[in-house]
Amino acid sequence: MTITRRKFDALIIGAGGGGLRAALQLARADAKVAVVSKVFPTRSHTVAAQGGVNAALANVSPDNWHFHMFDTIKGSDYLGDQDAIEYMCRAAPKVVYELDHFGVPFSRRDDGNIYQRAFGGQSQDYGGEQAARTCAAADRTGHAILHALYQQNINARTHFFDEFFAIDLIKDKEGYILGAMALEIETGEPILIEAKTTLIATGGAGQLFRTCTNALINTGDGMAMALRAGVPLQDMEFFQFHPTGIAGKGILITEGVRGEGGYLVNADGERFMERYAPRAKDLASRDIVSRAIAIEVREGRGCGPDKDHVFLKLDHIGADIIKKRLPGIRDSAITFAHVDPIESPIPVYPTAHYTMGGIPTNHKGQVVVPEREGPEDPVPGLYAAGECACVSVHGANRLGGNSLLDILVFGRAAANHIIGYLQEHRYHRQMDDDGIDMAMARLARWEQQGEGESVPELRAEFRKVMEDHCGVFREQNNLAIGLEKVTALRQRLQNARIQDQSKIFNTARIEALELENLMDIGIATVASALARTESRGAHSRVDFTERDDTNWLKHSLYFEDGRLDYKPVRLKPMTVAPFPLKPRVY
Amino acid sequence: MRFSIYRYNPDVDDKPYMQEMVLEDVRNEMMLLDALLALKQQDESLSFRRSCQEGVCGSDAMNINGRNGLACITPLDSLSEPVKLRPMPGLPVIRDLIVDMSQFYQQYRNVKPYLIVHDPVPEVEHKQSPAQRDQLDGLYECILCGCCSTACPSFWWNPDKFLGPAALLQAWRFLADSRDQAEGQRLQELEGPYRLFRCHTIMNCVDVCPKGLNPTKAIGKIKHLMLKRSI
Repeated sequence: MTITRRKFDALIIGAGGGGLRAALQLARADAKVAVVSKVFPTRSHTVAAQGGVNAALANVSPDNWHFHMFDTIKGSDYLGDQDAIEYMCRAAPKVVYELDHFGVPFSRRDDGNIYQRAFGGQSQDYGGEQAARTCAAADRTGHAILHALYQQNINARTHFFDEFFAIDLIKDKEGYILGAMALEIETGEPILIEAKTTLIATGGAGQLFRTCTNALINTGDGMAMALRAGVPLQDMEFFQFHPTGIAGKGILITEGVRGEGGYLVNADGERFMERYAPRAKDLASRDIVSRAIAIEVREGRGCGPDKDHVFLKLDHIGADIIKKRLPGIRDSAITFAHVDPIESPIPVYPTAHYTMGGIPTNHKGQVVVPEREGPEDPVPGLYAAGECACVSVHGANRLGGNSLLDILVFGRAAANHIIGYLQEHRYHRQMDDDGIDMAMARLARWEQQGEGESVPELRAEFRKVMEDHCGVFREQNNLAIGLEKVTALRQRLQNARIQDQSKIFNTARIEALELENLMDIGIATVASALARTESRGAHSRVDFTERDDTNWLKHSLYFEDGRLDYKPVRLKPMTVAPFPLKPRVY
Repeated sequence: MRFSIYRYNPDVDDKPYMQEMVLEDVRNEMMLLDALLALKQQDESLSFRRSCQEGVCGSDAMNINGRNGLACITPLDSLSEPVKLRPMPGLPVIRDLIVDMSQFYQQYRNVKPYLIVHDPVPEVEHKQSPAQRDQLDGLYECILCGCCSTACPSFWWNPDKFLGPAALLQAWRFLADSRDQAEGQRLQELEGPYRLFRCHTIMNCVDVCPKGLNPTKAIGKIKHLMLKRSI
């Protein structure tokens, strides 16, 4: 069988904000760049980001990148790498100004500058007054950014492979990544894309959990591809639950609601966050607010007939501000919760939202592994950026508004490093056929016919297990049982079959390939969570309730064979003094 | 609940047909997309695009009981039975409810849907007053689902020459942006009998837009600006 082959300087897998920001940088530098995406670019999940992107522009409150850096480190529960966090916070104003130049329709202040709103975990003066650091385009910031980046890529003539599903990376014997095998969804034909560099920008894996804010496409494909190529996954136990998903549905209601003055109440009408975070209240960091809601409900103070949610109240901020600043979530509340927030509160409950862990990289976007000479050596030709990567700037808990920033800063940084790499590596390396065997075997496996288990049923069971065994609160026995269950489900997936063997736009086949990816990520998540016997950020163990800096101030690394390793947190910033470890109170 | 769904797989079918399907387990507050996902569990070969499930990605546009809309924000209880589902009209069908949107995207690209600035960029953001920024409301929110253009008879007749409501909405989005500096060029490229002027204000686009946007109004504003510049 002859396979179509295409050659590019740079291959980018994923067309969300991270992939498109990188593509734009590369296309403008005259590199030959291809973007492979399983959906049309503007359908990528960046489109769903609402509240905004953090940058210390100081348009609204006094601010500078040092405050932003402090907040991010504290938000990470000190698991974030301080060099990468410094890099990100320093770069933030520049990447936001660039967005304005790209055409992003930011909301504006009377002076004509970009509007910034308050968000969780933001402070002035290292833990002082609330800051307003989140640059917003109403509550559709992700949509505005993704579309503007796609538009600029049209102008830059980036080459897009729309609706192509990446199967596996191609790796040679010396460990170089030489591109990827992909499947053209419309025709069902495989295509080999050779590239001197490959950037994984495939986003997160929110579909791990039954109730989540994530799109159906968020199945962790790039992380699973990296894992299969021998790269460990870092800090997978840290999964963010967003405090305010519409109860029972998971539809995201932005933290910007609380930033604009909304607050949470329990069945007694009490503004309960005052008890959990006396200073920051509803704008404490997300892990803290999510746990508070879960505790309120568990202790019987939930709202509604089943006492299974709390209310997010915002009618007091007025119809004008809601229509102007929060039109999108007003639509969502009306459509999915049948309440108009101008008049009534929105029923909310924590819902799976963001993968803090991922493919380990340094602040240049290079994927780093511990296996070669030093503790961290780059995998030649391989990069990752955005939610699929773990730089780590989010550590154990990401601050709201830092994910859009992450994709922009590190998409751009990876592209800049790639440009240098391309100057030193002028030619494609020789690719032998062994490299593509694994990818072809992945495809062939689903051509097996006959009776077998059903993919959708296994998926439903798996997501329920993840929710029951690896949710907001975790405990040894429950995690151990969860790990057995997800491992058994992964075994059963080997016996699953799809009946639809058509080549044309076969979505059943894509869903099967996605579930393989998702289950591998799930096992990594539960195994990492089981091993970490402390509570830090989003990882909350009821049997180990305290942060344990003596034993656990380190990053987890999960390998495909189930082995766990650890590496130290980088506590030394690039140019400033380290921020010392402190208890985390809001 | 009963459904009648357009099926066509060129791999196995000689011609398209309508398949009757029944969903037994209809839960309260289900959206049409939830029903489709459940029907796909009955028959995995049923094919449609979907992603965000909340009306922001624009993947699951289809013709629902004769009217274009997004499955994920269409409540099941708003639909009469049998629910007739067809691909969006006027575009080539790839399979079942999945259409080939190449022409739609081509027309989008044709309007140069990106900010064009000739001056050196400032080292900070461009200044834009709230009133100037308000001009972009109702324009930038487009999700490129294709509901409007594939509901437009002028687009059905001339999909290669008439830009269609979605692309024209974006043409106005950049003309209306105080930061953009390509007004003359943009207007010039909209001249001619087809590109803009095939709009006959039928207003199907306004009727079906799932985001409540108004391409007809945007087209009117482009015409008005053209007139203003010509006198």
